[in-house]
Amino acid sequence: MTRSAAIADSVAPATVDHMGAPARRRILSKLLSHKGLTIGATIVSLVVIAALVGPLVMQGDPMKLSFRTRFLPPSAEHWFGTDHYGRDIFTRVIYGSHLSLAIGLAVVLIAGTGGTLIGALAGYFKRLDAILMRVMDALMAFPSLMLAIGIAAALGSGIANVVIALSVAYMPRTARIVRASVMTLRSAEFVESARVAGVGHMRILFRHILPNSMAPLIIDLTFIFAYAVLADAALSFLGVGPPPPAPSWGNIIADGRDYIVEAPWITICPGIVIGLTVLGLNLFGDGLRDVLDPRL
Amino acid sequence: MLIYVSRRLLGAVPVLIMVSLLAFALIHIIPGDAAQVIAGPDATADQIASIRATLGLDRPILEQFLVWLGNLARFDLGMSFMLGRSVAQAIVERLPVTLLLTLYSMVLTVPLGILAGLIAAYKHNRWADTAIMTVALLGVSLPTFWLSIAGILLFSVHLNWLPSGGYVPPTEDLLACIRSLTLPALALAAFQIGLLARMTRATTLEILRQDYVRTARAKGVSENKVLGRHAFANVLVPVVTVIGIIVNVALSGAVVIEEIFSLPGLGRLVVQGILRRDYPVIQGSLLVVAMLMVFINLMVDLLYAYLDPRVEND
Repeated sequence: MTRSAAIADSVAPATVDHMGAPARRRILSKLLSHKGLTIGATIVSLVVIAALVGPLVMQGDPMKLSFRTRFLPPSAEHWFGTDHYGRDIFTRVIYGSHLSLAIGLAVVLIAGTGGTLIGALAGYFKRLDAILMRVMDALMAFPSLMLAIGIAAALGSGIANVVIALSVAYMPRTARIVRASVMTLRSAEFVESARVAGVGHMRILFRHILPNSMAPLIIDLTFIFAYAVLADAALSFLGVGPPPPAPSWGNIIADGRDYIVEAPWITICPGIVIGLTVLGLNLFGDGLRDVLDPRL
Repeated sequence: MLIYVSRRLLGAVPVLIMVSLLAFALIHIIPGDAAQVIAGPDATADQIASIRATLGLDRPILEQFLVWLGNLARFDLGMSFMLGRSVAQAIVERLPVTLLLTLYSMVLTVPLGILAGLIAAYKHNRWADTAIMTVALLGVSLPTFWLSIAGILLFSVHLNWLPSGGYVPPTEDLLACIRSLTLPALALAAFQIGLLARMTRATTLEILRQDYVRTARAKGVSENKVLGRHAFANVLVPVVTVIGIIVNVALSGAVVIEEIFSLPGLGRLVVQGILRRDYPVIQGSLLVVAMLMVFINLMVDLLYAYLDPRVEND
């Protein structure tokens, strides 16, 4: 590190990384005492544990066909009942959670990283702003699910393509949030000090401004996770998600579409699990917002 | 105001060009030979060549884009393979259904969402607030397609109150049209009402913390008047900006809802286009919806500037 960069770094305000132990403890205690956040975190943790541990400890096979057990309603043996192929819905939902959560997480990582890069560059460099944000504005003009459907249809069915489609659809949102934070901090005193000290633009942007712009982004990423889980299920339901017979949550519900009168549990039970997961993520996001950014 | 309006109108032009570029690009991100993919695995070499020529895929990319823009200017969106006729014509026929559904859901969303948000803020941290926010949270958490299916089960199968699908044009029978769209509009509105109620509550709480509200309270103005006269008008201004987001959400939801309720709208056209690999239909529908969104966002911006003149000076 050069001397000027070291001086500039020393004038940067406290970020989560730079925070002292008392400040960190205060935030942690606020997070733990937030009722909604605790409930949300508990729900999400249970779903994640079920997704990770479930397939290891469960005896059932999500693909096993059994014509003797077709259309069985929920019971002690089959908690969520069985479908038209006699497959156990609960086993499929547990295996499906693996896929649906993985897709949600991948979308958060890609949309978060891409959006952060684009938003940071657009917010800091005025010349790039005009071009990058016009592209983002144009992407935002497409209803996100329609855009994702269009991209997924063009790229072809497959898990990776669903992730790409949803990431592109949600990237403009993260780019706008990061851009707004970067623009606010661009003329802050500590940034000016770094500039005067001769620190390069990229270092100012990625070392000083970005770490201080993360709170709104982290909050929004929890909501993007929730939307991605919902959108992935919707894509599968419409036939452009991960190809069947993969037990994604949307595929399981789509399987039950033709039997909603005779066997409503095929759609109702997985739907409740999706709703609960998204509810948990929303509660968690709301809590994070209350604690980390009370202005929002 | 005139300068602001012209600036906003001019600002929409590059976005529209970019939107058309993105819609154009859709066919070019198909991996491999797009004509082969569109023609399907069983197509002959002649059929593939014919599709390539029809879509102009054998020409240089720049020429393809210029031809695409030229055609757009004449509202020529190409020919649909599955329908055997012009995409523009198919869109014009189906757009009213989607717009009617969106409008119906908005008519339910705006008053209910704002009212719920206001009551929750007014009864902050009391049981009414908790109850309203729990329902709103459920609204934004339950998948739209799941709510639609649950709605069909309850209102169509068990109670037999509303039809489970199909569409009656308003010109044929207005009452039957409303009945055919009620369940889809309710399923669509659930997410939006939740979203608007949450946003309205947050905005109202922010406004209730402002100095002028404190002054009004200190002067002895009744709580009803504080909320009705002082806070409400100021809540509406930021809420207007949310309308663009809500229409965007509604159009996204319409794709799923139209498929479930067999409504012959634009969303269903897109889904059918995808299943039949009819890319001109997908491109055209996405383009029209995005242009509609640019127009709605422009209107929202102008309305916002009209309601809050400070925006003009930004």
